[in-house]
Amino acid sequence: MSVRRLAKEQPASFAFSPETMEKVNWWIAKYPESRRQSAVIPILWLVQKQEGWVSEPAITAIAKLLGMAQIRVYEVATFYTMFMLEPVGSAALIQVCGTTPCMLRGSDALIQVCKDKIGPKDKLSRDGKFTWQEVECLGACCNAPMAQINDYYYEDLTPENLAQIIDDFAAGKSPKPGPYNGRHTSEPLGGATTLSDPALYDGSAAKPIKIPNAPGTEVQA
Amino acid sequence: MAKAKVNGVEVEFDPGMTVLQVAELAGEEIPRFCYHERLSIAGNCRMCLVEVKPGPPKPQASCALPAAEGQEIFTNTPMVKKAREGVMEFLLINHPLDCPICDQGGECDLQDQSVGYGRGGSRYEENKRAVEEKYLGPTIKTAMTRCIQCTRCVRFTTEVAGVTEMGMISRGENAEITSYLEQAVTSELSGNVNDLCPVGALTHKPWTFNYRPWELSKTETIDVHDALGAHIRIDSRGPAVMRCLPRTKEDINEEWLTDKSRYAVDGLSRRRLDQPYVRKGGKLQPASWDEALAAVAAKVKGTDASKMGVIAGDLTDAETMKAARDLFYSLGVTNLDCRQDGARVGPVTQSTPRESWLFNTGIAGIEEADAILLIGTDLRHEASLINARIRKAWLKGGVNVGLIGEPVDLTYDYTHIGAGPKAVRDLKKHAFIDVLKGAKRPAILVGSSAINGEDGAAVLRDIADIADTYGIVKDGWNGFNIVHTAASRVAGLDLGFVPVGEALDAGAMIRGGVDLLFLLGADEFNPKDLGKTFVVYIGSHGDAGASAADIILPGAAYTEKSGIYTNLEGRVQIAERCVFPKGQAKEDWAILRALSALVDKTLPYDSLTQLREKLITDHPVFGRIDVRPSPKTFDLRAVGQKGEVKDRVFTSPIVDFYMTNPIARASVAMAECSASRRGNVPAAAE
Repeated sequence: MSVRRLAKEQPASFAFSPETMEKVNWWIAKYPESRRQSAVIPILWLVQKQEGWVSEPAITAIAKLLGMAQIRVYEVATFYTMFMLEPVGSAALIQVCGTTPCMLRGSDALIQVCKDKIGPKDKLSRDGKFTWQEVECLGACCNAPMAQINDYYYEDLTPENLAQIIDDFAAGKSPKPGPYNGRHTSEPLGGATTLSDPALYDGSAAKPIKIPNAPGTEVQA
Repeated sequence: MAKAKVNGVEVEFDPGMTVLQVAELAGEEIPRFCYHERLSIAGNCRMCLVEVKPGPPKPQASCALPAAEGQEIFTNTPMVKKAREGVMEFLLINHPLDCPICDQGGECDLQDQSVGYGRGGSRYEENKRAVEEKYLGPTIKTAMTRCIQCTRCVRFTTEVAGVTEMGMISRGENAEITSYLEQAVTSELSGNVNDLCPVGALTHKPWTFNYRPWELSKTETIDVHDALGAHIRIDSRGPAVMRCLPRTKEDINEEWLTDKSRYAVDGLSRRRLDQPYVRKGGKLQPASWDEALAAVAAKVKGTDASKMGVIAGDLTDAETMKAARDLFYSLGVTNLDCRQDGARVGPVTQSTPRESWLFNTGIAGIEEADAILLIGTDLRHEASLINARIRKAWLKGGVNVGLIGEPVDLTYDYTHIGAGPKAVRDLKKHAFIDVLKGAKRPAILVGSSAINGEDGAAVLRDIADIADTYGIVKDGWNGFNIVHTAASRVAGLDLGFVPVGEALDAGAMIRGGVDLLFLLGADEFNPKDLGKTFVVYIGSHGDAGASAADIILPGAAYTEKSGIYTNLEGRVQIAERCVFPKGQAKEDWAILRALSALVDKTLPYDSLTQLREKLITDHPVFGRIDVRPSPKTFDLRAVGQKGEVKDRVFTSPIVDFYMTNPIARASVAMAECSASRRGNVPAAAE
């Protein structure tokens, strides 16, 4: 992690889209009126979802909306590395995990793919479609090596997989998230080896209980 | 009272105190960087670690730990020593070893505490981090690599100054203190962050590299840049005033100071009048004292008493005004005024109570008010530290503020009631009146913009009516307050430096009402208005008065003479001489004394002591030094004069906070502050 600053080039203005605004209001409503600023992190998220990154006009707009000082929003936006302070690739933001388990499983090769196909890290690619970053552990070590692309985890990657995924994003497709070596989630490669008795999952072993108001248990009138 | 033991010694403490405070009660010194009595507790420097029993067997941050009954606190155990050494070593890891070129050197908490509590050497061999400099305005110089992230500056600007502009961005090793987009901090109290900074990260920009603290002579004195009379310390080197710092005075300035009081001192060595001048052939020519005084005496003898006048300026001491009043009264001159702003307050008749021109609640007392009505005052700029007090009370909750006048940013919420005299008259119909009615300790603060001009006395009468009706003044509480903006004003009113009867006031004198006008450091006017008036200027700075003058008699500035100043709450204080007057300049009272001999009306005092004796004999209020008059009720019906009011907007006399007196106008630092506030940052200012 390096010093986080606002991007040098900023858009002239920012406006919440109607869809974002709806969600923003939902978040603000969760807190008492005098504690509106509690919604700052979710709203930064929503803004990033809308724009792809957090710009200075957006920070000012959030500050105004929540009745807090701009510097306070700025503090939050710079504290959390998940908030992008520079424009990111329009097709994909690729965050390759480079922490020890992924590194041991070959993340260096993934990083090389990114370098070759996209360019230097933390920089927008020349065509504006991609940004790639090396990040710390994303908590999917059992599927190492992995990368988070936009909102999803792409796991058990090989350089070839990743190259293909990048090509797919470049072509406007949405590659399937999850493990890329054929297994289901983090099960063993050839399928599960324990807890394979189907009776474990049909509820027959459980003591019958009544869950009040559980979905699906409404009495049919 | 709860009891705890500090290093085995039992102490009693009030519930709610922190372990740090309890240890201090016991006389133990706890090192600290982030903790400050007047700011919220952050607990992030970890320097104040102590051992506490009962509790987990590890050092605890004493600043944020509430003290408890029966607690045992240890500040001298091996664990504490080791903890302090560890914290100190970590703090110094990224701190540059540039003390020899650091302005904080010699008065640096980090230096002192590393000597007192550090381990004497560093084991750190890796690279140190470096942080980019930040622009924080014309008063704050940054060296952010030195910053230890105590966040005192952030807390001060947010809490006390009321401008949420500074913050800490990023985190961990990359954390940096900055303002939003590196804009200048827009507070008139910004200089205090330089005092608060425990290291050399934020230092006084106007004084950068000007001095080392140990080479300065220090004089404790009184500030004159506003009417509060803040306690200050002037540090000088030889004949030059190098800097001005606040002293702690709980009743007045706590430990803060406005930027003007602090940084205008460089104006004391610029544009000075250091020798007498006499206008010959339309040009001011240097002259000797004898020549200049003889010229003045000749002019006085040749002018009718009714055609002479004297205006005392905003920085004039009481002795000068007393000497001037005695001299000119003996000549039969009654055109005297000390109110350049034209405020219609003061001893109109002999029976006008003194309380009618004082800030009766007291500066500290304003925090107790539960309803405050501001009338015609931009308090943030007219009395910044009173405004900070109101903000403090407002943050605690329990005070409602209303404002009649221009809507300005006061750093707290208020009800805007109206803009001018009509709103004062119609206050009864406004919802805010219920707040005043319901308040136990209501206060009214009246600024000079409400009570100057032709209808000033009538507005004052209306205000007094409100005060009378709604119990502003009652037993044990006097909430009637006049907010003066000039250090000289209350003393001037106390000793009757005002026109009596048909005599002319300052405005009339300026507009050609007299033929011979004496200006005692009075500069707040447009020289063009003077017309053909013959002007004698006695003062320290070449400003409006001197440019219009026909004879200039160079006087001493507030740091160059011992002088009595009465602050707006009626507290008589003595400012001390820190350096000598410039060149041939003399103390102002001595100039008047010399003149008195030449016009055959020799004043009956030959020394400052004799003058003070006379002053106190004639005006006993000056006899009690540094005592605020105890709150008294008084007859509000004697205040102001019934009359018609005009339809106007109360506009503060302070157009530019940084340019309100000749010293400030001569100051380069103030010019930069003023330019920065107006939005144009002078390039290459350094």
